Amino acid sequence: MTNATATRTAVMCRGVTKVFGEGDFAVQALRGIDLDVMLGELTLLVGPSGCGKTTLISVIAGILNRTAGECRVLGEDTSALPDRARAAWRGRNVGFVFQSLNLVPTLTAAENVAIPLLILGTDHRTALAKAAVMLERVGIGNRARALPAQLSGGQQQRIAIARALVHEPRLLVCDEPTSALDHETGHKVMELLKEVAAGPERALIVVTHDSRIFSFADRIAHMDDGHVERIETPSRS
Amino acid sequence: MIRIALRMLVGDRLKYIGLVAGLAFATLLITQQGSIFAGFTRRSGSWIRDTSQADLWIMDPQVEFTEDRKAMLDSALLKVRGVEGVQWAVPLYKSYVQARLQDGTRVVVRMIGLDDATLTGGPPLMEQGTLDLLKQDRAILVDARDVSDGLKLKLGTDTEGPRELRVGDRVDLNEHETVVVGTFRRTREFFWDPVVYTTYSRALRMAPPERRSLSYVLAKVKPGLDPKVVAARIEEATRLRAQTGEEYEARSMDFILAKTGILPNFGMTIVLGFVIGVLVSGQMLYNFILENQRAFAAMKAMGASNMLLLRMVFAQVLFAAFIGFGLGVGVTAAVGTLLHDSKLAFHMGWKVPVFGGIAIVVCCLIAAFISIQRVLRLEPAVVFKS
Repeated sequence: MTNATATRTAVMCRGVTKVFGEGDFAVQALRGIDLDVMLGELTLLVGPSGCGKTTLISVIAGILNRTAGECRVLGEDTSALPDRARAAWRGRNVGFVFQSLNLVPTLTAAENVAIPLLILGTDHRTALAKAAVMLERVGIGNRARALPAQLSGGQQQRIAIARALVHEPRLLVCDEPTSALDHETGHKVMELLKEVAAGPERALIVVTHDSRIFSFADRIAHMDDGHVERIETPSRS
Repeated sequence: MIRIALRMLVGDRLKYIGLVAGLAFATLLITQQGSIFAGFTRRSGSWIRDTSQADLWIMDPQVEFTEDRKAMLDSALLKVRGVEGVQWAVPLYKSYVQARLQDGTRVVVRMIGLDDATLTGGPPLMEQGTLDLLKQDRAILVDARDVSDGLKLKLGTDTEGPRELRVGDRVDLNEHETVVVGTFRRTREFFWDPVVYTTYSRALRMAPPERRSLSYVLAKVKPGLDPKVVAARIEEATRLRAQTGEEYEARSMDFILAKTGILPNFGMTIVLGFVIGVLVSGQMLYNFILENQRAFAAMKAMGASNMLLLRMVFAQVLFAAFIGFGLGVGVTAAVGTLLHDSKLAFHMGWKVPVFGGIAIVVCCLIAAFISIQRVLRLEPAVVFKS
């Protein structure tokens, strides 16, 4: 990705806070986040465990409501949407790669990849056909009928990436995509993300504390104790 | 997504088999207990169904069930014959008498006396001999099952050891000698005493003398007439009770259920079967849904609405219930077929499977409803937790 493509804002957060619980049991997970994520960029959220990375991507992805502040994602304030509309918005616009992958063990690779399309109402046959194409793109087209347990960790990660991209979302959120992988496999996964997922109309947010993949980032937001401490732009430096 | 839901359900073979087996077991408990209860109660009307040649049973108004002997005057027969719409009417005798077998064994038997001329009201199926043989002197018919049970020669004769009663053997009924001329098959009854058939006049000669001796009048209505209309006419003309076989059967069943305590006793067993069935199937379904909770949370994060997740869960539950119920009912039916005509009272009409199916579906839906609450309340953010 180049600077020329990173010109439009996908995510704009200003003073975002998130408090879990109430009274004496209140835990402030986000303490006034200011962050911009651009279309066409790969942004890393890095920081120690418990610093609020996962909470922040949950707010950005529209699966947690913020407590205060402003957050617009792809031009939408998702907190203002009713639950059902927000779920539909997520289904159309966000792709997820979860740390624990969350593949359904009883479904084949193709069926797992087809899930976002089926949620959007695509018919079964078309969804499976598109899933097969997506699996080809991530390099495991020949394992479309395999169950997750029959695949290696790297192959499972590719299924998760294919599932996140099959419905062509404009925002891709990845939570620790390389934490369970060895260096070589983790590197390949990041290369795949850059190659398959990156594009001028899509923003990628990757939560990680794996410094080995920092080189893939267009922008790195360092977080600590619920704040964004500083933002680096390695490709520009 | 319904296909995905079903693939999730059947994908893990062991869990799926366990779930379906649990539901089948629950169904088996419910339908088998229900069928045995139905069989028991149905047996209280076996004799009425076996005596199917007549349209109407006419009896003393105080008769409550088939073994309740409150005899009428013989003139009742003529009164019934005189009612408009009655094509024919015949007498029927039924009473308990003491029988003594050749070896001295004494047994209480139910003696049924049939109209001498027509032998109407006889057993449904002859095994040895014919019904006409009853017209021979001293003739009786015995139940083919009783000859090896209640009417077995337990002590044996001078020339033979214990053996089944057979055609040609003598039986004393109330100190009157009779001869077995044939055997018959009847539907098993609620009551267990052996049954012998003879003619009406012979039955009266052997029974203790009574002023009232007519147990029943069996009547046929003329073609095209409603038996219930004719029954009402008979009741009005004779002050006796006239009922169709179905009505009398229902009355007998109600009386036995009310007086014997079978309903509460057996009811407890059925309720227990139902509760165990509900708990087994509910627990298994609950576990299944909880095990898939993370997958549902991931789908929720990916945009699945609560309504879609509800549809998926209910599809899984109903599918499992359908398969489990089918297997359970199948096993129940197989057991019933294997034990057909045995001492096990078993009757599976349409009510048992229908109510059993409703029970299984309801308990599955309750289990689904309880477990879906957790899915609906699920924060999709949990999927970011490793």
